[in-house]
Amino acid sequence: MITIVNYGLGNLASIQNMCRKLGIDSVITDRGDIIEKADRLILPGVGHFKAGMDNLHSSGLKPLLDRLVLVDKKPVLGICLGAQLMTRHSEEGDVDGLGWVDADTVAFDPSGLGGLKIPHMGWTDIDIRDAADPIWARIPEEPRFYFVHSYHFKFRTEVEISATATYGYEFACAFRKENIYGMQFHPEKSHKYGMRVLENFARI
Amino acid sequence: MGRVRIIPVLLLDKGGLYKTVRFDKPNYVGDPINTVKIFNDKEADELVVLDFRATLEQRRPDFEKITEIAGEAFMPMAYGGGIRNLDDAKRVFDCGYEKVVLNSILYDDLSLADSIASIYGAQSVVASIDVRKNWLGRTRCFARSGTRDTGKSPEEWAKELESHGAGEIMLHSIRQDGTWEGYDLPLISSVSNAVGIPVIACGGAASTEDFRKAVTAGASAAAAGSMFVYQKKGMGVLISFCTGFKLMKEKM
Repeated sequence: MITIVNYGLGNLASIQNMCRKLGIDSVITDRGDIIEKADRLILPGVGHFKAGMDNLHSSGLKPLLDRLVLVDKKPVLGICLGAQLMTRHSEEGDVDGLGWVDADTVAFDPSGLGGLKIPHMGWTDIDIRDAADPIWARIPEEPRFYFVHSYHFKFRTEVEISATATYGYEFACAFRKENIYGMQFHPEKSHKYGMRVLENFARI
Repeated sequence: MGRVRIIPVLLLDKGGLYKTVRFDKPNYVGDPINTVKIFNDKEADELVVLDFRATLEQRRPDFEKITEIAGEAFMPMAYGGGIRNLDDAKRVFDCGYEKVVLNSILYDDLSLADSIASIYGAQSVVASIDVRKNWLGRTRCFARSGTRDTGKSPEEWAKELESHGAGEIMLHSIRQDGTWEGYDLPLISSVSNAVGIPVIACGGAASTEDFRKAVTAGASAAAAGSMFVYQKKGMGVLISFCTGFKLMKEKM
């Protein structure tokens, strides 16, 4: 069972559709008592960083998520904004995030893009740094994923970076710290590549 | 490494899929669920579903049908047709689409793009422009499935859309639609130069070579209808997706 945390932002139906296709039970909920019982969590999200953090604070979900992830070590997968929220701070709205990983969320630097447009939108090949990580198990050849974003993770050190992608310049597009996984791209919209990742996450 | 997006456009009408020629002569090409399943198996980059007569017939989106379609699609999805307000857009997102396509409504209410973008982000708002020459021979934007001349030039209108929350422009050449005669490259070039947001070329594609030309002219993505639903010009229905983007991945 995967518990998809509904904090008011994001394309939740798509994630549940893919879980259904894979035969994985999932529930979309904003209720603390249901999230409390989760054995693994997805933090989805599309939208503005500040709106995301505001919702996590006002709904009272933040302390619960902190405990489940940092103390109980439940596997958690952040997708797009959901993953950005796991960083310490974002330039989008200049607000602090959950601070679960040693990274910040920063805007694409136009000077490094060589004229490419923002947002970075479309399918992009990724370079997996840690192929032994179970999240990448049996991933099809030449993995590529669907991205839509104007901001990206920026890590202080390389240790938590799990994959990178290049749009004008190379940036971290996936991370892992113990039970915490984050992905800038959308596995739920990335065909067999995304299906494999979600299936792998369901088994971790 | 980036890849150019190649986007099949599916025209929905009362539960079936159709393909038009110059926005006219709709020809039934199949059931949307089966078609989307095939595009899924063929790993299409992205799909656009347009209920192309909804505004003309004053219909709202068929939420039940589009939910069913999205349930089979594990790729990015955009929906357009009959979206009149923020609540309609919200329901489309909740159905499992990440983008809404707005067209005729924007000539009446340009603020809708802004209000959707302020909540869901500009990347979720595709502004579609249907272009052809009017009776004076001037290139103009047309509303209501190409039936009403709005008097606006595509370049000026695209700029206005960009400044009001549109994240992408879907640029449809009515004259080229369904003709297999290639994109309107000068139009793509002039609109792409006028705006900073991505432009999706649409209308006339017959081959991957056409995609390449559209990108060279300034398009960020290439959309097509006929070549993905017919075998060849004048031949029967065959759903296909060509992996043209692989040829062009060096470009980005």
